[in-house]
Amino acid sequence: MNRDHHAPINRRSLLKLGLAAGTAALTARYSFAAPAATPSRFVFIILRGALDGMSAVPPYADPDYARLRGELAIAAPGGSDGALALDGYFGLNPGLTFMHEAYGARELLVLPAVATAYRERSHFDGQDVLESGITQPHATQTGWLNRALINLPSATRRGRESGVALAQNVPLVLRGSAEVASWSPSVLPDLDDDTMRRIADRYASDPLLARRLAEALATGSEAGQAQAQPDTMNGDASGAPAMNALVRSTAGRYTETVRTAAGFLRRDDGPAVAVFDTTGWDTHFNEGGAQGQLRTRLAVLDQSLRTLKETLGDVWPRTVVLLATEFGRTAAANGTRGTDHGTGSAAFLLGGAVAGGRVLADWPGLSARNLYQQRDLKPTLDVRSVMKSVLHEHLQIASGALDRDVFPDSSAAPYIAGLLRAHEA
Amino acid sequence: MSLDYSSAVAANRFGLGAKPGELELIGTDGRGWLEAQLRGPAAAVAAAGLRSSADILSDAATIRQQLQAQRRAAGAKPAGAPNDGNATAAAAPASADALAFVMRLPQLFRPIYIAEVQARLRNAVATERPWVERLVYFWSNHFAVSVDKLAVLGIAGSLEREAIRPHVLGNFRELLLAVEQHPAMLLYLDNQRSVGPNSVLAQRAARRERTLGLNENLAREILELHTLGVDGGYTQADVTSFAKVLTGWSLGGGYGAGPIQAGIGGQFLFRPALHEPGAQTVFGRRYHHADQAQGRAVLNDLAQARPTARHIATKLARHFIADDPPPAAVARIAQAFERSGGDLPQVYRALLESSEAWQTPLAKYKTPQDYLLSIYRGLQLPVADGPKSIAGFDVLGQRQFAPGSPAGWPDRSDDWDGASALMKRIEFADAVAQRLGGTRAVAELGPQLLGATYSDETRVSLQRAASDGQALTLLLTAPEFLRR
Repeated sequence: MNRDHHAPINRRSLLKLGLAAGTAALTARYSFAAPAATPSRFVFIILRGALDGMSAVPPYADPDYARLRGELAIAAPGGSDGALALDGYFGLNPGLTFMHEAYGARELLVLPAVATAYRERSHFDGQDVLESGITQPHATQTGWLNRALINLPSATRRGRESGVALAQNVPLVLRGSAEVASWSPSVLPDLDDDTMRRIADRYASDPLLARRLAEALATGSEAGQAQAQPDTMNGDASGAPAMNALVRSTAGRYTETVRTAAGFLRRDDGPAVAVFDTTGWDTHFNEGGAQGQLRTRLAVLDQSLRTLKETLGDVWPRTVVLLATEFGRTAAANGTRGTDHGTGSAAFLLGGAVAGGRVLADWPGLSARNLYQQRDLKPTLDVRSVMKSVLHEHLQIASGALDRDVFPDSSAAPYIAGLLRAHEA
Repeated sequence: MSLDYSSAVAANRFGLGAKPGELELIGTDGRGWLEAQLRGPAAAVAAAGLRSSADILSDAATIRQQLQAQRRAAGAKPAGAPNDGNATAAAAPASADALAFVMRLPQLFRPIYIAEVQARLRNAVATERPWVERLVYFWSNHFAVSVDKLAVLGIAGSLEREAIRPHVLGNFRELLLAVEQHPAMLLYLDNQRSVGPNSVLAQRAARRERTLGLNENLAREILELHTLGVDGGYTQADVTSFAKVLTGWSLGGGYGAGPIQAGIGGQFLFRPALHEPGAQTVFGRRYHHADQAQGRAVLNDLAQARPTARHIATKLARHFIADDPPPAAVARIAQAFERSGGDLPQVYRALLESSEAWQTPLAKYKTPQDYLLSIYRGLQLPVADGPKSIAGFDVLGQRQFAPGSPAGWPDRSDDWDGASALMKRIEFADAVAQRLGGTRAVAELGPQLLGATYSDETRVSLQRAASDGQALTLLLTAPEFLRR
């Protein structure tokens, strides 16, 4: 993949140069350090709504699994609707074909029994804890990834902004004092330069708006290049044609998001981290098993991950993607062929820099006495252990800063060695 | 020049953004203008042709029957349980019949959704009681459903019209009861098929080796979002017991487990065969009531519980005073809620009487909906027919009735002030200004829409503008127009 593309000089990049009147104080804060040898990239994908980990990573060999799940259970590998084989105990949901290939290529690490420190069952508090990195919900207005960016070693901090959210508004995980960009597709025409300059001038006395406008103008010109890349999306060929029509809008949105994220991350002076959201994992009703609602949604996610690898090209070997959710779902199916809010769920580390091809599990088992509160998969791994270890090994953030600023109450979540390939660490 | 913010705060923070002439009408008594709006009937939406949820769902049921008949005629096996259109955009339904239904449903629902949003927008542009209208939106968001779940695309608007508007100036207890019995809420939070484990239906199913059981979704969100709040002190045991209490709260016709013939299609129906028998304990109280009375009794108590008063007061104060509302104001509003037994006009008056609400103009960053409505009202823009007229909500990032979760849209500056979102507002404002060209006297509009909050800086930037169109863009993107 050719990374040496030159930005077409467009209205916004010109404008960015001419914005001195409104934003001189801001741009002066960025200095360009010498390039590091390997600019590492980290992508955090939030699965909002509480992913059913036991369906994404079915523990088909657990003696209690089929009984608890009934018609939602996914069979052992081999049959037509069986799980995709991993290690002989766990499988992957049949919708996750790219992730299965990545497992074979040792680029996927599967974490089947993970949770945050949160032990209640509110989506909104659960997401707050997942994103803030603090044990108590609503303890802070900043996110762990933003606090991490503040502590990036200066050599890796070469971009204007060190993080980008693929969303109109920045999610909590990236909020804080480190500069971050946000980007989402626009259908409206660009403004006349002169009008934009006047708006920038008017915002000079309003710190929030001045900062946001400067970010938007900088991001806009970068996104213009990202979108100039060829379209590699070709849909989920496995589904029925009618179903393809239903999923097309979601798939199209994810693909555009992923391609834009890749456009930012590929740049030598691009951000070190990108964040985007996926939704719709709250499967209380008609969840389905080897076929059905959740499988279809996982296939859409899987396809967008394939696109991410393809569009990242030669940056993929230096990339780590973390996929995590706020909590899991009940071990047993509920009364409406779905699952209710639970505790432990699955998480994934994906990317060329991951020491993959493994399932990392201290599996607690699904017998009644092993379930959390007799109803949920008991988590045996704090997701902050994974976050800390990746930030430390991959983005070279000092453990002192991680323990003090990023995850201040995480002493119970130790670092895990060896999540990444040796030459990465 | 003496700065009296009263009219600007009343029209822009409590209302939906000033119409030309509104600030003059208000004069110096913003509070009095708002107070007067609380008298009289709750404002209905003035639009002919909007249909009831029961009518709409009955059409949906007819379509389902026709599709089944067609498929049977073509030799296909009849399907088992209907799917209710209970699928999101990327969902796979359980059967071919259900898939055909889910594919057909948008044709019925989408025009209804567009008509609902248009009627709501026209009403917002025209209304003389914008504070009552904003309160309707507040409650609609408090009791949020989201049309990314196809099942509610056609009836999200009717939830607001049928359950919220009639009670916006009434009692919280009645409001709560109306919402939790509305088909949109029951379908959105999956209660129509939730079955008590020891109910008649579950036992019958067990004899045929089928399992039917609880779905906790509605019970949990009532406790967490609609009443006590997430810190209200309830436990998982309360959620499970309350879910049992609510078994049987379902819909008639083909909606809900049980006989398809029962009830009127798409209307609230208590189905005794689904109901878990026996007493339940919820939030420290034991409920021995039979059938539907049990759920009504629990809701009645939840509506009057102290954590509920505090939860509602906090949300009102956040919406009308500041992202981090002053504790004294929250306490005052909560006290009015408790003392009056949830009489909403008394709660609203306690808010109006909180001096904090008047002291800091422009403390709230507008949501995309606020922003769009204030442009439409300020410029008295026409709302054409057709889907394009409501596309602005999508472009700005707040597709109507689509918050994506039962928690509704968030209500803090952080949630809305992103860089990309700001650029969308600027581009949207400019597109509006380009279209209108020089047809508005922009120099007069500034003081008419912003009153005492209209800054000298913005005034000067408008005077220096190269054209009326550019001046209008500068007005609609001014810092004081982005806030309320």
